[in-house]
Amino acid sequence: MLPDLGKYSDTVLSAYAASLVLLALLVVLTLWRGRRVRREMEALEQRMRRDG
Amino acid sequence: MSIWEYANPRKFLHTSERVMPVLWVSSGLLMAVGLIWGFFFTPDDYRQGSTVKIIFLHVPAALMAINAWFMMLVASLIWVIRRHHVSALAAKAAAPVGIVMTLIALATGAIWGQPMWGTWWAWDPRLTSFLVLFLFYLGYIALWEAIDNPDTAADLTAILCLVGTVFAVLSRYAVNFWNQGLHQGASLSLDEKENVADAFSNPLYVCMVGFGLFFVAMVFYRTGTEIRARRIKALMARERQEA
Repeated sequence: MLPDLGKYSDTVLSAYAASLVLLALLVVLTLWRGRRVRREMEALEQRMRRDG
Repeated sequence: MSIWEYANPRKFLHTSERVMPVLWVSSGLLMAVGLIWGFFFTPDDYRQGSTVKIIFLHVPAALMAINAWFMMLVASLIWVIRRHHVSALAAKAAAPVGIVMTLIALATGAIWGQPMWGTWWAWDPRLTSFLVLFLFYLGYIALWEAIDNPDTAADLTAILCLVGTVFAVLSRYAVNFWNQGLHQGASLSLDEKENVADAFSNPLYVCMVGFGLFFVAMVFYRTGTEIRARRIKALMARERQEA
């Protein structure tokens, strides 16, 4: 499955792992905060409409 | 139609939400294709062996780290000159993406440098200017968080962005300014002798476009979040006033 990376396999795999983990963290945190803020804003707008 | 229409938060949100699915899908596809192509289907380099495969992460991340700062500079200048809130929020939204790109460039560079140079780190002009750029990103994000008034925060971060641009420029051209240090020159060049071989440059171009689109998608999404967060603050202030 994996290509033969020879004596540098640890180097290459750790570079890919570190980068993909950082990218995944960035995406997850961005989406998590985005959804939380959107929900909060909708709830607040609804409450303000209801209360006049 | 003018670009200044997008200074209206509603118009920006409406348009960005229509464009974002295309950006997410195309950036995801291009990044996946470029990285799979680079990792699985490129040969080893005759000198660097399989470590050359790190180029498909290192170069696009470094490119976006610098370009993100330039995008923040343009957005900050628009804020300073025209006082469009969306542009200040876009600069704020881009910083965390830029810092992650800088971190990836620094981490992959250190991991790659260890077997090739015999050291994880050297106080080389390009490496050092990149580290300073990373510190500027940290300072920029911290400054936004430290100031309550969003307009004051936007003004002060715009000044910091302007100062940090010196290091963004140095990060890109340090190798040309000082012909010393361990870091090589640009991987991609119009000079055929300097340019990396086609076997590496083609997947590298795909990764670079993928990373670029990923950056745009992230900035659109995060700017939307910042606009909503600002609206929440405004609504809460209005609610407190009426109470």
